[in-house]
Amino acid sequence: MIHDFALQGAQMLLVLLLSPLLTGFVRKMKARLLRRQGPPLLQPYLDLIRLMRKDVVLAESASWLFRVIPYIVVAGTWVAASLVPTFASGLMFSWSADLIAIIALLGSARFFLALAGLDVGTSFGGIGSSREVMIASLAEPAMLMIVFTLALIAGSTQLSTMAAYMGSGQEGLRGSLGLALFALIIVAIAENARIPIDNPATHLELTMVHEAMVLEYSGRHLALIDLTSELKLLLYISVIGCLFAPWGIAGPDASAQAHAIGVVIYIGKLAVAGVLLAVFETAISKMRVFRVPAFLGAALMLGLLATLLMFVSRSL
Amino acid sequence: MVVYALYGVAALLALAPIAIALGASPRGTIVVYGASLIVTLTLCVIALLCLFEHQAPSTTTLPLGLPWLGAHFRIDPLAAFFLVVVNLGGAAASLFAIGYGRHEHSPQRILPFYPAYLAAMNLVVMANDAFSFLVSWEFMSLTSWALVISHHQLRENLRAGYVYLLMASFGTLALLLSFGLLAGADGNYAFDTIRASHPSAALAALVLILTVVGAGSKAGVVPLHAWLPLAHPAAPSHVSALMSGVMTKVAVYGFVRIVFDLLGPPDWWWSMVVLGVGGITAVMGVLYALMQHDLKRLLAYHTVENIGIIYIGLGLALAFKAYDMPLAAALALTAGLFHVFNHSVFKSLLFFGAGAVLNATGERDMEHLGGLIHRMPQTAFVFLVGCVAISALPPLNGFVSEWLTFQAILLSPQLPSSGLKFLVPAVGALLALSASLAAACFVKAFGVTFLGRARTPAAAAAKETDTNSLAAMYFLAALCLVAGIVPGFFIDALAPVTQSLVGVSMPHQAGVEWLSIVPIAESRSSYNGLLVFIFVVLSGSTAAFAIHRLASDKLRRAPAWDCGYPDPSPATQYTASSFAQPIRRVYGASVFRAREIGEMPAPGSTLPARLTVELRDLIWDAAYAPVAAGIGYAAEKLNSLQFLTIRQYLSLVFAALVTLLLVLAIWQ
Repeated sequence: MIHDFALQGAQMLLVLLLSPLLTGFVRKMKARLLRRQGPPLLQPYLDLIRLMRKDVVLAESASWLFRVIPYIVVAGTWVAASLVPTFASGLMFSWSADLIAIIALLGSARFFLALAGLDVGTSFGGIGSSREVMIASLAEPAMLMIVFTLALIAGSTQLSTMAAYMGSGQEGLRGSLGLALFALIIVAIAENARIPIDNPATHLELTMVHEAMVLEYSGRHLALIDLTSELKLLLYISVIGCLFAPWGIAGPDASAQAHAIGVVIYIGKLAVAGVLLAVFETAISKMRVFRVPAFLGAALMLGLLATLLMFVSRSL
Repeated sequence: MVVYALYGVAALLALAPIAIALGASPRGTIVVYGASLIVTLTLCVIALLCLFEHQAPSTTTLPLGLPWLGAHFRIDPLAAFFLVVVNLGGAAASLFAIGYGRHEHSPQRILPFYPAYLAAMNLVVMANDAFSFLVSWEFMSLTSWALVISHHQLRENLRAGYVYLLMASFGTLALLLSFGLLAGADGNYAFDTIRASHPSAALAALVLILTVVGAGSKAGVVPLHAWLPLAHPAAPSHVSALMSGVMTKVAVYGFVRIVFDLLGPPDWWWSMVVLGVGGITAVMGVLYALMQHDLKRLLAYHTVENIGIIYIGLGLALAFKAYDMPLAAALALTAGLFHVFNHSVFKSLLFFGAGAVLNATGERDMEHLGGLIHRMPQTAFVFLVGCVAISALPPLNGFVSEWLTFQAILLSPQLPSSGLKFLVPAVGALLALSASLAAACFVKAFGVTFLGRARTPAAAAAKETDTNSLAAMYFLAALCLVAGIVPGFFIDALAPVTQSLVGVSMPHQAGVEWLSIVPIAESRSSYNGLLVFIFVVLSGSTAAFAIHRLASDKLRRAPAWDCGYPDPSPATQYTASSFAQPIRRVYGASVFRAREIGEMPAPGSTLPARLTVELRDLIWDAAYAPVAAGIGYAAEKLNSLQFLTIRQYLSLVFAALVTLLLVLAIWQ
């Protein structure tokens, strides 16, 4: 019991501590690809500490909701990230939310963040919120279609069971899996506000989405919002990792050694994903905001196609 | 039990003449709503007892109605569940109205009809023969129509009442025909006789279509929804809540009663019809809602969406029932019925919130509101709870019923029909799309109404609503949370209903450890709203505590930053239309033929620039406008018959007589 509890706690701390490192790593890689020195690897931690120690400058028209929302979104995202199998599957509370519930939990966080964009009553906040919900209105159904496909393959929506099934090698290669992976990558890019959907490095463009929405935040509130974005990136990479690269995840009753190996392999997966993301972002340019629906519509259609294939092939 | 319930209904009916006697006096409001509150609460308790006691259905016959038939009443688990929904909604609305009704200008137009309307909805659910069912159904339509036109000074309300009356009559006609077919040539109107006789396949198909049309027009399925967004907002807000939250559920009850209970074993293609209707209704409802800037109309369109979600659950249940997969059918039916309950709770809550805003500001148009969270913090809080619940976000109740529907969809590859194999994933995608669009829509509804800065002096001077209204809203908000974090108890309560309709019920949930819900097997899927809620609260408060303790808790106020260009005018904020603009651009071009016309004055001109957005309601244009034009044309032509001479009238009568005799002669 205590052992299980400790493992679950370790997972919570691990995702919290690793997520700024992942963001720092991606930034460093991007800088190196552009032949720049780039900020130090640990810069995101320093940024978070700096922001947390500063005063909050709150807009005069901000309401109580504006001050509560950073805690709501960071809590929702943190809980969601802790329920995804990272280094071990079948943790103590992993069954309390399946993949659909995890997606919906992220949806709750986004709902509140979009409200925060409207709270101060400025035009920048509004533009960010309205674009964020437009993108989400396409990305979320696409994500659910991907979940359907994977759930039909694995016979479960429980991430631990899905990861175990995918890791067992029973399935082999499937057309639906390929479509789902492709769609999932598109959704992950959109949900994390990465290039080509949005640019995480700036808020001085007219096409910006996420950064415009949180423009009025400062101090500890901004630190929490930044931490949320970092956690979300880690979460999506973990989901892709545990479903499409399900190697090295320690099982429910594994030894301490297996858990240690699991952590090392997990960090390795994050590093590979970080490099791929940096290369992708460097190679591509940002698209106009009204090209985004076509891009995400492709993900939705791919997800639907993958699900349809599963429905038809399951009966054969 | 049914006798006690009928006493309750009689008490409600007796309140109507009392309300007339009390007239417009302020005491009347308190007496009528207070008495309605007590009676509906009692009825709710009776219904709960019926639901939980697992006894044989309780029946009675009153010597009313058709002389050879009498009026049959019965409470079985299905009726008991819907009685709970009706009376819970009724009780909340009555409590809300004790405060809200004080602001009414002419209460004598509302008070007599309100208890009668509640009584009618109870009677529909309890009726056990076609005659009492249809009479109660029509009584329900007429009383609600009277409430819709209670503010008759506004022209648009009269039009809403007119359209509603037409559509209600049309729906009743379809139901009348469907019961006529079910009863057969012998006129066996009692439900027990209908249940025992199994109609032929062709007859059953016809009844199904008529029921989808008849009950669907009351529930508001697309394309029969046109009256709903006109009529629901026109009524006073507590009646809007009853119409949207409760009466549409009575229509769903009519559908379930006929299709699942009376009509016998389903054919496989029935589910295709219901699923198709449900999927289209869900997405169209929310897309219409996104284009609205009238708060109450937006909520009414969301009722259309949620009816679609309910129909998706019911359609899946029909498919599983047709292919003899009772456990899956029980899951899908539970999902649909749980959403019936959830929607009645959060939709009532949202309409109450809209009513409180309307009372405080005199405005329904969101473009004239804003910043109300500062002036009405408690209303804002409960409205927010309703918004999160209806957007199907965890940990509240809307998410649980949609999650169950998704789980049912994931069971459907086992269905052998290839038509369903293509339809169900598509419906799943529509459901997912409607859920995410609903979240977008309620960001808009809450954000534009309650957040930001006040757009008009009326919004800036708003006052918090009264205690009774707040109590009703807090009660419903608490129910949203409870049904979201311990859904197992609610699913177990639905067990006798699914037992009676599909033969089995979902596995018992209350005994699962940690109060999780496990629809099929733990390895397949499980959800624990309680733990998710506790985790989120704990980690959020831990973060807050740690940061305030260890880092900084200082805060100072300053003007908004807005990238260095803050504009003091609240008109520069995002409005409801501008918020919906990106979504309008993505979906509106095809669904609404949306066009944006920008007028830029010439340089140097002092004229203002103008942006006009044109949206067309294609369903109205394609289905309603031609019918209305056709009737108008026919009436125009027939009009000349009014101005004939007596000789011509006599020859018309003679010609009609000869024709009828000829027909009779040929017939035999």
